[in-house]
Amino acid sequence: MQQAKLLEVKNLRTEFPYDKNKTVPAVHHISFSMEEGEILGLVGESGCGKSVTALSVMGLIANSNGIITDGEIYFKGQNLLTMNKKQRRLIRGGAMSMIFQEPMSSLNPAMRIDKQIMEAIQLHTDLDKDQARALARKLLVMVGIPDPDRVLKNYPHQLSGGMSQRVMIALAMSCQPELLIADEPTTALDVTIQAQILELLREIQKEKNTGILLITHDLGVVAEMCDRVIVMYAGEIVEVAVCKELFQSPRHPYTQGLIASVPKLGSGRTSLPWIPGSVPDLLSMPKACRFAPRCPYATDKCRTEKPDLLEKAPGHEARCWFSESQQPVEE
Amino acid sequence: MQEDQKLSALLQEDYIDETVQAYQGSRFKVVMKRLFRRKTAIFGLAIILVLVFISIFGQAVAPYDYEAYDYMNTLQGPSAEHWFGTDHYGRDIFSRIVVGSRLTLGVALSSVIVGAAIGAVLGLLAGYYGHFLDSLIMRSADVLFAFPDILLAIAIVAILGSGIVNVWIAVMIFTVPSFARMVRSATLSVKSSLYVEAAQSIGANDRRLLSRHIMPGTMQTFIVNFTMRIGSAIMAASSLSFLGFGADVTDPEWGAMLSQGRTYMDISPHMVLFPGLVIFLTVLAFNLLGDGLRDALDPKIK
Repeated sequence: MQQAKLLEVKNLRTEFPYDKNKTVPAVHHISFSMEEGEILGLVGESGCGKSVTALSVMGLIANSNGIITDGEIYFKGQNLLTMNKKQRRLIRGGAMSMIFQEPMSSLNPAMRIDKQIMEAIQLHTDLDKDQARALARKLLVMVGIPDPDRVLKNYPHQLSGGMSQRVMIALAMSCQPELLIADEPTTALDVTIQAQILELLREIQKEKNTGILLITHDLGVVAEMCDRVIVMYAGEIVEVAVCKELFQSPRHPYTQGLIASVPKLGSGRTSLPWIPGSVPDLLSMPKACRFAPRCPYATDKCRTEKPDLLEKAPGHEARCWFSESQQPVEE
Repeated sequence: MQEDQKLSALLQEDYIDETVQAYQGSRFKVVMKRLFRRKTAIFGLAIILVLVFISIFGQAVAPYDYEAYDYMNTLQGPSAEHWFGTDHYGRDIFSRIVVGSRLTLGVALSSVIVGAAIGAVLGLLAGYYGHFLDSLIMRSADVLFAFPDILLAIAIVAILGSGIVNVWIAVMIFTVPSFARMVRSATLSVKSSLYVEAAQSIGANDRRLLSRHIMPGTMQTFIVNFTMRIGSAIMAASSLSFLGFGADVTDPEWGAMLSQGRTYMDISPHMVLFPGLVIFLTVLAFNLLGDGLRDALDPKIK
């Protein structure tokens, strides 16, 4: 506890205005922390609050009208939420940066690649134009672009999706951030490119010791990349575990369902297991366990009392009444 | 090792893909090519180029002195000597139109440039900052919008007094709200695009976001509206001059010429026909070019 954690989110609550005086919480009191150089996975289905969490950490949530109503976010011991606009901006793109889901639309279509990367560099350093351009070129080489000189002069529409995502990574890495938030970085890419991009992220993490918060709904990506995993459901964290352990012995029925519903090679053409029901409406959230209406093990207790996120095994937390007794994962 | 080879092969594929796309040429060239495929737009552009040419050279390309009285040849119809005929003082109408183009085009162009610039900046600010500033700017624009263009211009000239400078101001003012509204809506749509959020994520400040990332995205709307607006500015400036609010009656301004010709319309209709025709063609040309540009700039229309 001597050294401040890279990122520490405490009791974060982010809401969206719904009516005149009504708001909908999209992220409901979540807490987690990240060590330096760690790859932390954040998984969950659409609308569970993954991206909202990421944008809250980046300080970009106001763009989508979200409001952080409670909690604290510490980045290397500094409280991000009490900073002024300018301090916050200097951290964005400097010590903390982000890559987005759709590389093709994350680049400004009216600006050449060199200008865009140089912009990021010059916003945070004192380098002059030539130095910035040289660094931009070096970054493109680092992210594995075969012809950096040409790409520098290209406009985004001249690049393919994989190339654009590489450029985005170069952009995000331009000021050697300590935290890289990757919001579904490979979702829009095809599988081969996806593998390359993930490989690239891992290399970067190894080389620069960058902490990566990897947001995804793809459990395969998580299994391949992450040190630890957070599973979110309906705006809450339902399970936190070291990656390997999560896949071997998931404690929360939701995680079990997620893992079971991944198709396996060689299992024949049987219908996939699925989780019945759908995510509860944010406006009429179950008071107790939010997963209870869909949970195969739910009892009356689950429907009346809310379970806490508790440590069930060393380093393995789950929000469920049963996770100790249960012997999960049917083979 | 094998892995590496596979990877480099994949990279190579990516690379070829990119070369093919790069071959298609720059955006400007693509737009020009698409513009030139539209005959009406070419027609408009040709007329505008001719107008620009004659308004630059003015008297130098006119066959006669536009102010030379010739009492032997008053109210002549079109002929080989006087293509558009002569007016009640025997002045060559063609020469007057040629020389007057500078006045008419100059007033229209410069007032639209200034008005559009002001409107665009207001629209950008309103769209970007929203809230109170947005309401303030847009409600003010709504007030101006409540009056028909020409009525508003007349009202402004009535307040400021007549004269070409005041016509310029009037046209400029009524240009502002339409640009403010157009650019605001374009700003709103560009602002919500992912690349603006990405630019924010690298720490760009408001000014930078506005000038480097959002403004270029609104340019398409701006250019099209700008071209169209010149047409209506010419109409408005001419109308004001026709009504006697604008250019001096002795100036060769097209609207003023129409106004003078009105008196002689039943004996020599060419005095109103030709200035009217030129105004009509000019406005048409700008509108055709604007239409063509809109299609050429819209990537969705092939």
